[in-house]
Amino acid sequence: MTDFTLWDIVRNLLLAGRWTVVLSLIAFAGGALVGLVLTLARMGGLKPIRWLIRLYVDLFQGTPLLMQLFLAYFGAAVLGFDVSAWTAASVALTLFTSAFLCDIWRGCVEAVPSGQWQASRVLGLNYLQSMRHVILPQALRLAVPPTVGFSVQVIKGTALASVIGFVELTKAGTMLNNAAFAPFTIFALVALGYFILCYPLSRYARHLEKKLYGAGIR
Amino acid sequence: MALVSVKDLHKSFGELEVLKGIDLEVEAGEVVSIIGRSGSGKSTLLRCLNQLERHDWGTIVLADQRLDGAAMSPGELSQNVGMVFQSFNLFPHKTVVENVMLAPLVVKQTPRGEARRIAESVLAKVGMSEKVDAYPAQLSGGQQQRVAIARALAMNPKVLLCDEVTSALDPELVGEVLRVLEELAREGMTLILVTHEMKFARDVSDRVVFMHQGRIHESGDPQTLFTQPRTPELSQFIASVL
Repeated sequence: MTDFTLWDIVRNLLLAGRWTVVLSLIAFAGGALVGLVLTLARMGGLKPIRWLIRLYVDLFQGTPLLMQLFLAYFGAAVLGFDVSAWTAASVALTLFTSAFLCDIWRGCVEAVPSGQWQASRVLGLNYLQSMRHVILPQALRLAVPPTVGFSVQVIKGTALASVIGFVELTKAGTMLNNAAFAPFTIFALVALGYFILCYPLSRYARHLEKKLYGAGIR
Repeated sequence: MALVSVKDLHKSFGELEVLKGIDLEVEAGEVVSIIGRSGSGKSTLLRCLNQLERHDWGTIVLADQRLDGAAMSPGELSQNVGMVFQSFNLFPHKTVVENVMLAPLVVKQTPRGEARRIAESVLAKVGMSEKVDAYPAQLSGGQQQRVAIARALAMNPKVLLCDEVTSALDPELVGEVLRVLEELAREGMTLILVTHEMKFARDVSDRVVFMHQGRIHESGDPQTLFTQPRTPELSQFIASVL
């Protein structure tokens, strides 16, 4: 068996870690975009639309991300689409992220006190004007900490993409371990990799939360 | 012809009938205080007057114009009827002057310079010129409420509705808000107030309306009403609040 130096392991993990970062960014950007459209449609839309979106959110929140990845990868193949692990992982994580963000953001809009709606209504602002000038700016400030906090879940969620053969941090760790057989070292390093990505975000979310409540917006 | 004319107003929330036929006329420049126990329908009446609540039956006419149903858009309504809330409801993400300028800018499409001038003049009227660039969270309750009054005045409404505007204030801050309202009354602003401030109702109002169980139970000039109540309900109410 070839000898792996620690540097070999670290180097390979770092190389694979890039794809964890890229997949996280795709999932988060895509999820935010879809989530935003869903949030707006859910708040202003007709009853059947609102009902459909709620079903969508419940579906993705109520099933394991692992199953969603399996369905995106193998399900697409059954339907005759030849999707790469990249595509399947991106699509599944985007949909997963959008469902959670849609729910987080709806909560933020609803958390703006009803007195704000009433005040803008009696000042003569219509629904869209109230939304734009009064409700959304406040909802946005409320939304930043939980959104940043949720991005941590997205990063950790990308680990599951390893099961459909997507080579990111976790998959690279498994592959390295098959060759070098140093499970403790390797998986400790993998875990450290996720921690280095997630910890600053958690800290930042907490900092934002403190700042928000310190500003006395609520 | 009265400025505000309410006829046979009914409003229910589900099974609960809150307003059981209200008739009320308010002349231009008149100050009318509505008193009564909680649950008597006084706040609901006020909220029907600016259509925050849709009434089920009856008419509301303001300066010869129906304002109920779809007769008036929120934009038009806001230029006729202003409202100040118990909980201020200032916009926390906007400064004092931005709070006051918002409706003129967005609803009336007033040019920015002109809106600023209007805002400064109404803020001066409520004694808040010093704080134009402060955020609501930096102000005391009394100051916030004065800004809220200025914000309503910026739309130049014909009548100002005040819904228990001093109830959320610390006792030492009540006076500064009441003084602003008194000043407005003296300048001829038409005011309809729901209030628990009996002294204010007695000293400043032209007329006091006592509501009881969804109806106007008694109304008249404040001196007579407070000193010679005709009904036992009003006597009891006066005894309980004084």
